[in-house]
Parts: sequence; C-alpha cells; structure tokens
Amino acid sequence: MAEVQLSGVSKSFKSTKAVIDMDLTIPDGAFVVLLGPTGAGKTTTLRLIAGLEKPDTGDIHIGGTSVTDLTPAQRDVAMVFQQYSLYPHMSVRDNLAFPLRSPILKTPEDEIARKVQEVADVLHIPHKLDNKATELSGGEMQRVSIGRALVRDPQVYLMDEPLSSLDAKLRADLRVELKRIHAELAATLLYVTHDQIEAMTMATYVGVLDEGRLVQFGTPRDIYENPRTAYVAARLGQPRINLLPVGLLGEDAPAGAHQVGLRPENIRHGSGRDAQVVRVEHLGDQTRLHLKVADHDVITLTDPHTSLNAGETIQIAPENPVFFDAAGARIT
Amino acid sequence: MSAYSVTEPSTRSKWFAGSLVILYALITMIPLAWIMLTGFKSPSDAISYPPKVVFEPTLEGYVNLFTTRTRQTQDFLEANPPQNWADEIVREYDMVIVGPSKFGERFLNSVIIGFGSTFLSIFLGTLAAYAFSRFKIPLADDLLFFILSTRMMPPIAVAIPIFLMYRNLGLSDTHLGMILLYTAVNISLAVWLLKGFIDEIPREYEEAALIDGYTRFQAFYKVVLPQAATGIASTAIFCLIFAWNEYAFAVLLTSATAQTAPPFIPTIIGVGGLDWPAVAAGATIFLLPVMIFTILLRKHLLRGITFGAVRK
Repeated sequence: MAEVQLSGVSKSFKSTKAVIDMDLTIPDGAFVVLLGPTGAGKTTTLRLIAGLEKPDTGDIHIGGTSVTDLTPAQRDVAMVFQQYSLYPHMSVRDNLAFPLRSPILKTPEDEIARKVQEVADVLHIPHKLDNKATELSGGEMQRVSIGRALVRDPQVYLMDEPLSSLDAKLRADLRVELKRIHAELAATLLYVTHDQIEAMTMATYVGVLDEGRLVQFGTPRDIYENPRTAYVAARLGQPRINLLPVGLLGEDAPAGAHQVGLRPENIRHGSGRDAQVVRVEHLGDQTRLHLKVADHDVITLTDPHTSLNAGETIQIAPENPVFFDAAGARIT
Repeated sequence: MSAYSVTEPSTRSKWFAGSLVILYALITMIPLAWIMLTGFKSPSDAISYPPKVVFEPTLEGYVNLFTTRTRQTQDFLEANPPQNWADEIVREYDMVIVGPSKFGERFLNSVIIGFGSTFLSIFLGTLAAYAFSRFKIPLADDLLFFILSTRMMPPIAVAIPIFLMYRNLGLSDTHLGMILLYTAVNISLAVWLLKGFIDEIPREYEEAALIDGYTRFQAFYKVVLPQAATGIASTAIFCLIFAWNEYAFAVLLTSATAQTAPPFIPTIIGVGGLDWPAVAAGATIFLLPVMIFTILLRKHLLRGITFGAVRK
C-alpha cells in the first residue's frame, strides 16, 4: 500500500475543464472519499490516478514515484467501475482470476484458486463461482467487480461509485463490508460517491469537489462541523443545512455576513422567532418539521413522538450558527 | 436478458406471416433444388422438354465431373471388363475412365483463395476497425470514407489496369494474387461492419483489463475479440460469399494453376456440347462449403444482424 499524491493536476476535455489545478494527498492506508455532484470531476480524478487519462498539467505520485508517464498496468492500481464491467464471456471464477493471470502478476494456478475462493467467501458469492458473469443479479455483479479488485494487493484501490446501483439493504451491508476490508488490509482506498452517507460512514478523509476543484479536504466530522463554504456545508447532512438570510432568526452576525447556515439539530425550540409548521414527517427514529419563517423554508428535528400538527406556530432560535459571505465563503 | 413483446400477434397474422415466409422460401429454393436434381439426371433427361421432375436418378453427372474419359473401340472394351461402378456408367457411351478431372484441383483453389482472403480481410479489418473505434486518428472520417469509396465503383471497372499490373508483378494466375485481390475488395466491407460491432463494445471492459495488468494488445485479444466474435462471424460469411462466388476476375486473371471453381464449372464438356448434369453436380458441390460455413456460424449470424437491437 502506498501514499498517492496529486500536485497541480488539470485535465480538460475539449472545452470542459474536468479537473482544475488539483492538489490532493491520500495518506498511506487512508480511506478517502471524494464527494460531489455529477460533473464535479470525481471520476476524472480517479481515472487520472488509474492512468486511463493523461493529465494536461501536473504530476501524480504513487508511493513516492512519479507515475504520470506510466501505463495503467505499470501503476499497479486496482479499480472498481461504476458499471461493473465484468468480462461477459468469462465465468465468475475467471473474472476474479483475470488480474492474477496478467503477465505482470503471473500467479501460479493453485494460489489463484486459493485467493479466488478467499475473496468469494468474503463477498458471499462462492456458490456463484461457476456461473457466467452475465447470469448474475446486479448486486452479485457488483460484488464480483469489487472482488476482482480485492484479489490483488495493489498500491491503491480506486472505487467509482461501486454501490450506486445496489438496493438499500445490500448497499448498507457492503458499506460495512468495505470498511471491514479496509481495516483488515490496511489498504489505501480512494472512493468516489455522491452519497453523503457513504462518505460519512466509511471515510477517514473526505474531499469535496466542486466543478473540478477540491474545495475542502478533511475528516468527515471536520467537514460537517467546519465547512469552509456554503457549498461544502450543503453537501453533508441529512436533512440539509438551512441556508438563510442573515438576521432572519435574530442572531448576532459578524460584518460582511450574507447567509447563515443552521444544521437542523442546531435549532432550539421554545423561544425566539415565530415559525409556522407546514408539514410534520414522522420517520420513526426522528421527526422532521418543515417550518416557514417569513417566507423562508426551515427544516428542523423534533421529538419522535411530537404532538405538533401542521398549521400550529412554534418559536425557534439558532444555536452555533455558521456565517458565509456573499460569495459563499465561511466567515469566522 | 431479453425483451418480450407485450402482446402476442393474433393467430391470423401469424398464419399470414408464416405463409409469406414459406412462399418466399419456395421461390428462392426452386432454382437451388432444380440444380441439385439436374445433377442426378442423365444428359438427355437434363435437356428434355417439358422438363422432367420425375426421372430415373443416375450418378453419371458426378462421374463425369470428377473424371476424364476417352472413347474406345469395341475390341478394347470387350478385352477390358469394367473395373468398378463408375466405369460401368461410362461404358454406356463406349468410354473408359483414364484419370481424374481438374475439378478437384479447381475446388481446392477456391477453398485456398476463398478462405485465405476471408481470413486476411477479417484479420486486417478487425485491427483497422479497432483502431478507428478506439483511438484518435487524424482525419479518421476522411480515411473511413476513402476506405468505403473503394466500393463505389464496380470492381470490374478496374479489370484492365489490374490485369496489366498483375502481369508485371508476376501475380497473374497465382493463389497469392487472387487472395490479395479479393482481400482488397472485401476489406472496406470488413472495416465498416466490424467498426460498428466494436463501437458497441463498452470501453470499460478494456479499461478494466488495462488496470488488471494487461497491455493494450492483450486487452484487445483477451477481452475485445471474444466479444466481437458475433460481428467477426457475420462479416466473415459476407467476405467468404463474395470471394467464393467471384467470377469475372477469376476468368480474367487465372487459367492453369490458380483457377477457381466458378470459371471452371461451366466449361465441363460432355458428349456433344455442355454436360449439364456434370455442371449441375459441380454447382451442387460448390455450394456446400459456404452452406456448411453459414450453418456453423448461423447462431452468430442471426445475433450479428440484430446486434444493436438485442444487446442492451
């Protein structure tokens, strides 16, 4: 396993700037999640590290050596693609063995058999080994695809939204499984997703991307509590942070503040400004209140067994607000 | 995996469609059946009018196709009794078999040239199609158009220049010359058809193979080729059919050593003019390899024709 370092990496496709001047260090053994909406440059970053794209400028180092001019095979990275990309003409077993049989690894067949069995057990697919790759369900395909990366012992694992096409239960199971595998192998892992729950639960570090730029890099907790911009603040947290005009709830704003960010759990009930209850969502473990304060929507959490109903009025006050200027940058 | 139509067609429309298919099959198969029947007729039955559908079958046509015969005197015939069943058939015309005909040789030429040029077309076509499909090639569209443009005039229009060129290069009447010629005609079809098939194969498969530790070329033959099998099979059939049936260039450029079956078969002379049963027998045998090749690749062919529609 090794450290991965991007310095000043840029990549454009025709007129689209996919990645702009990116500096990113993925520490050895870290589970780094790149978070951002579609088109933020997450997948391009992954492909640049894998060697499937060549950067226009900048340098990429894996384990201290520059790999910018190396082929994907020479970089010794493993990648899980979003669309599985299992080799359809091969059995599951041959799919898993494929990287081990490569001219670079040339693993002896008995060791291949052992490793394939091991990975199949971890991913709960040993009974599917002799199926054709096309005779699997979506979840099984994705597990085989992850397995094809895990049979190897590469410098770094790259995963491109590997769980996005799975159903909720399987996704939750595999999240735990991936985290366990990461801990067990002490692997360096770069994981791309737009799912903030995956980011929060699995990452040692999260990098938030916006239109090709890395806007913040830190632990999930740090990014959640100290977002550097309004954009980053809105990427993490469910329900999303409330971004309101300064002064709406009567907080003390520093000079230059334009917007105030309030997490739903940071709204105190019982005193302060009047807010009208628009909707009450009972989710079982929590209840969300959709409020209206002078024409602005505010979402907050309340007691799961609340007796509040739509149309009633309550008082709310801010707690630990964060402030952003007109450009969306944090004011501290 | 597969799509099903929401509503079954009605019984009546199925009958209608079925009858149309049968009718069409009958029309296209009558000449074929007639050729096959003629191969088993005697020369007089073959040219009788009205045409005979019921007749006494004989292997005369096949014997004449494969042998050379000479007419002999009665004394000679009485002194040398027939050696085998084939000999007996030719005795009716006071003839004896003196050796094999050139048909076997011509047929073998057809096999060498037909399959040789098909292999070469597919080999070069697949590599070119892959390059056009996957790499940024300067002026790719113009090159593709140029390749296609070689099909825009009838090949026979360049017969004279090719004839002269081949004579100077020493390629006239050689297997290599014919293989190169048929490959040159087929390559544009092969590149265009195969490019379509390779375009349909997602790049992710190769990218996965590249990351799994393989070179570009290894990824090509381990991952892309097996998935292009369908397209390769159907393209190969089209190439083979052209090379196998080609007549004009074969007449013009081949005579003694590399002559293929198509120019040879119509020249089989029997007693008093063309030996139609032998010609028909030759045509029947000539049909077989393409038929067998097509039947072997039938599964691929059907999938090949409906490729883009079924795959997703």
